[in-house]
Amino acid sequence: MKTLVWVEHDNASLKDATLATVTAASKLGEVHLLVAGSGCRAVAEAAAQIAGVGKVHLADNAAYEHGLAENAAPLIADLMGHHDAFLAPATTTGKNIAPRVAALLDVMQISDIISVEGEKTFTRPIYAGNAIATVESSDAKLVITVRGTAFEKAAATGGSAAIEDVAGPGDAGLSSFVGAEIAKSERPELTSAKIIVSGGRALKDGPTFEEYIMPLADKLGAAVGASRAAVDSGYVPNDYQVGQTGKIVAPEVYIAVGISGAIQHLAGMKDSKTIIAINKDEDAPIFQVADIGLVADLFNAVPELTGKL
Amino acid sequence: MKILVPVKRVIDYNVKPRVKADGSGVDLANVKMSMNPFDEIAVEEAIRLKEAGSAEEIVAVSIGPAKAQETLRTALAMGADRAILVQTDDEVEPLAVAKILKAIVDEETPGLVILGKQAIDDDSNQTGQMLAALLGRPQGTFASKVVIEGDSVSVTREVDGGLETVKLAMPAIVTTDLRLNEPRYASLPNIMKAKKKPLDNKTPADYGVETAPRLKTLKVSEPPVRQAGIKVEDVDALVAKLKEMGVA
Repeated sequence: MKTLVWVEHDNASLKDATLATVTAASKLGEVHLLVAGSGCRAVAEAAAQIAGVGKVHLADNAAYEHGLAENAAPLIADLMGHHDAFLAPATTTGKNIAPRVAALLDVMQISDIISVEGEKTFTRPIYAGNAIATVESSDAKLVITVRGTAFEKAAATGGSAAIEDVAGPGDAGLSSFVGAEIAKSERPELTSAKIIVSGGRALKDGPTFEEYIMPLADKLGAAVGASRAAVDSGYVPNDYQVGQTGKIVAPEVYIAVGISGAIQHLAGMKDSKTIIAINKDEDAPIFQVADIGLVADLFNAVPELTGKL
Repeated sequence: MKILVPVKRVIDYNVKPRVKADGSGVDLANVKMSMNPFDEIAVEEAIRLKEAGSAEEIVAVSIGPAKAQETLRTALAMGADRAILVQTDDEVEPLAVAKILKAIVDEETPGLVILGKQAIDDDSNQTGQMLAALLGRPQGTFASKVVIEGDSVSVTREVDGGLETVKLAMPAIVTTDLRLNEPRYASLPNIMKAKKKPLDNKTPADYGVETAPRLKTLKVSEPPVRQAGIKVEDVDALVAKLKEMGVA
């Protein structure tokens, strides 16, 4: 089987989410990559070095600069003339583009797979991760999004794939990019961080969240996350949200501070290797999944912890 | 302008789903069902656009069993003007839903279709994007802000790194994220009035759409259970644990 993998990037560097998707694709067959962007040859060169990649298709055109689904989907649908499966990371970019590709190909997409069980058989979480479905596709071609935390990352180096330029249909004339407010942070990215410190509603407000969570995260070199309650209350921006409808993370260590542990939050972090919870309510559901729990008032415990590390 | 709002009847947000012992699916017998929360946000957004004078009519549509009528009545009580029930007892996958919706869009010619970004049962996150593809129209997915500007719509999207704004030529498809708005509760008088609003009954066959599933569910199982670990007495004990793990 020949697979085509969407390379997630910002026109300058390749995003980690791509590497787990390459691993999922390699379980199906030969791996080809698609780098669609503008002035993104450096990304294609980096992609060509990913271990196990057979070929890199490079579509370098202003129409592909911002990953607009209206422009990217027809390009991918064309390339699917000689590929059997399209896989994209289940990021907001992948989730935006892949179903549009699937509909153009008249294929039912398989969303957010967590394992490859056979050529056409996959598992995926449903009901916010409260159940796991094993599904088999009957379509001739496959369109799949891949949950990054469920697959090992392919090695970023060791390969030497050829880069082939592809033209693609260009601008569909339906949509345009206006602007972005992308948070700049010195801290690691949530979805690839080894350690995450997350805060919940108990942090009270934005300044308090900043005062208690950030120093602990900085001490540990950790990324900062938050529960939906903390995001909805405006303590931190939406891109901090960990949970069913936010980001799915699986770091080595997840430290939940003042988070009760609603199902929707657990769905986003329960695959973390070690979960540590600090909460003053000893009956909080978070303790049912935590490897290490500390029943304490976070306003005393967190500064003490930060000080002693 | 007309706005079309598809809504889905799903397990209530607050109910913990139970996997059936025979692995055939999730037990929905005697379980509270409600409108998919993202779809409530879609209905609310349509109503706000109508209240702001950007839209004249809101048509709610649901594809599902006879009881999906209740979900449509909720949309009507919130403020939709009329409803279409495409009745079927089969499970209809996002691709087939998108095909039925395309046929309805061809008939109704709305300026906007606003959908929830995903349903909280199958968590597919596909229907809006598929509908946009089938119609050859633009899509503004995971919207946290929707602004109509003449014959185009500006959509601010929640993306992994923050927010992104795109401008779409109308007609356009929008899918909602959590922070777009807070849906209103229907008042009692509006619930009474909703009973008299028009509701059309259709079937997938009326739209010439074949709903046979493309994906076969072989098995539904419980996720691996995480065992609760230990509790430590104080911060010193936690620090010691972290040091053992090589974290600090």
